[in-house]
Amino acid sequence: MELSGENTPMVSFRKVRKSYGALTVLDDLDLDINAGEMVSIIGPSGSGKTTVLRMLMTLEQINSGVIYVDGKPLTHMPKSGKLVPASERHLRSRRADIGMCFQHFNLFPHMTALENCMEGPVQVLGLPKAEARDRSEKLLELVGMIAKKDQHPSRLSGGQQQRVAIARALAMRPKVMLFDEVTSALDPEVIGEVTNVIRGLVSEHNLTMLMVTHQMGFARDISDRVCFFYGGKIEEQGHPSELFGNPQRERTQQFLSAVREAV
Amino acid sequence: MNIFDFVIQYWPRLLAGTGMTVAQFFLAAVLGVAIALLMGLMKLSSNKLLRGSAVTYIEIFRGTSLLVQLYWIFFVLPLFGLSIDKFTAGYVAVGMNIGAYGAELVRGGILSVPKGQWEAALAINMSPAQRMRRIILPQALVNMLPPWGNLMIELLKGTALVSLISVADLMFETKQINGSTFLSAQAFGAALIIYYVLARFMVTPFMRWLEAYMARKMGRA
Ligand SMILES: Nc1ncnc2c1ncn2[C@@H]1O[C@H](COP(=O)(O)OP(=O)(O)OP(=O)(O)O)[C@@H](O)[C@H]1O
Ligand SMILES: [Mg+2]
Repeated sequence: MELSGENTPMVSFRKVRKSYGALTVLDDLDLDINAGEMVSIIGPSGSGKTTVLRMLMTLEQINSGVIYVDGKPLTHMPKSGKLVPASERHLRSRRADIGMCFQHFNLFPHMTALENCMEGPVQVLGLPKAEARDRSEKLLELVGMIAKKDQHPSRLSGGQQQRVAIARALAMRPKVMLFDEVTSALDPEVIGEVTNVIRGLVSEHNLTMLMVTHQMGFARDISDRVCFFYGGKIEEQGHPSELFGNPQRERTQQFLSAVREAV
Repeated sequence: MNIFDFVIQYWPRLLAGTGMTVAQFFLAAVLGVAIALLMGLMKLSSNKLLRGSAVTYIEIFRGTSLLVQLYWIFFVLPLFGLSIDKFTAGYVAVGMNIGAYGAELVRGGILSVPKGQWEAALAINMSPAQRMRRIILPQALVNMLPPWGNLMIELLKGTALVSLISVADLMFETKQINGSTFLSAQAFGAALIIYYVLARFMVTPFMRWLEAYMARKMGRA
């Protein structure tokens, strides 16, 4: 039922398949991510990158296979010796391990930056307000947004909103953080303020991170491993210096040279 | 007799009628908002029975005349052993009718909240009820306030029908005065002005204030 052993991966996709009607988006995906690892996902549009993250966040149901988080099944639950699809209740208990940041931030517009961060700790974790505020302020400090804590999202720039969104996700103390193209909606001059925050997380925290990005330089800099997705499959994966420096597969080579030309 | 002399002479009855109209309006509004919220949420439910009940309710109350609904509640229900006094029958009929229209506004308001808001709320592990109550409804409310303003004006006008089951509202008093004095122009002229003043200088400003207040809470102002 559970994955066990010395080196249980933090996240494990086992033969996961996802389709929309006749369109198969992910085909028998097998992917293990170790605790503390930073894995980047790159690949052409429509290759299924976002879908991988959304399945892990339980925003999408999977068609077959099992996803494990911290050794325990996420998409399924044990019932009389078998794994059956998870109930809402099981999902709620397992989802606490995962946090996600979105391309378009999705901050709650009717709450200030601080309230956005406190919402989960107070409402979901049941922390006393003072403790939730303390935790949220520390995180806003970490992402450099403490001076704007009482502003509503409509008063913040894209880069500032994304940093608040990162703090909001971290306030839930997830074991795994997911980033889906968190800089794609930003003006070029503010991308750095968000990537610097993520860089900080890599060095400061023992977080497991899974990041979809179109910024090859950034992925190369900070990842422990890079996965190149093509047509719903991992076409090639490896250490960034190998994958970017000496790609083995033709499709990887084509993709990387097309990306370089576009820059 | 000019309209000023008319008002000076009949103001106690006009005032009593206006008071009754305001009371009917207020109670019908509270009931209507509650029904709208309930039916709007039920119509979005994944449960077929709840959804079916909401659709049926909305169809019946939007598809038939308010006057007929009022007569049903006041004259027909007693035949089935459910007697309601005229005051209650009045605002209940108007409130149930407005609730059916409001349900569509609630549904539309909820659907107008971007999908990303549901997803962000799920990503911090909120329960479905918390997502609705804490994240979606407050935003839906802001989006649906302007059409609610129109509906409230309709509601005010709709309360005039309760005079037909002898609730002593402004319309009822006006007709009584007209019946005994035959000062039709003055009587209905005064009623016209009072309804207009209630709508224009009470309902509309209140809704505007509510919109501004909500906008401030959203950090938009
Ligand atoms: N809700 C949906 N219904 C139908 N098809 C979908 C849905 N969501 C995604 N798809 C399809 O699944 C495929 C993979 O989508 P996905 O969003 O994972 O791609 P991606 O790699 O993130 O692309 P991009 O770089 O453009 O963000 C695409 O062909 C997309 O059209
Ligand atoms: Mg994507």
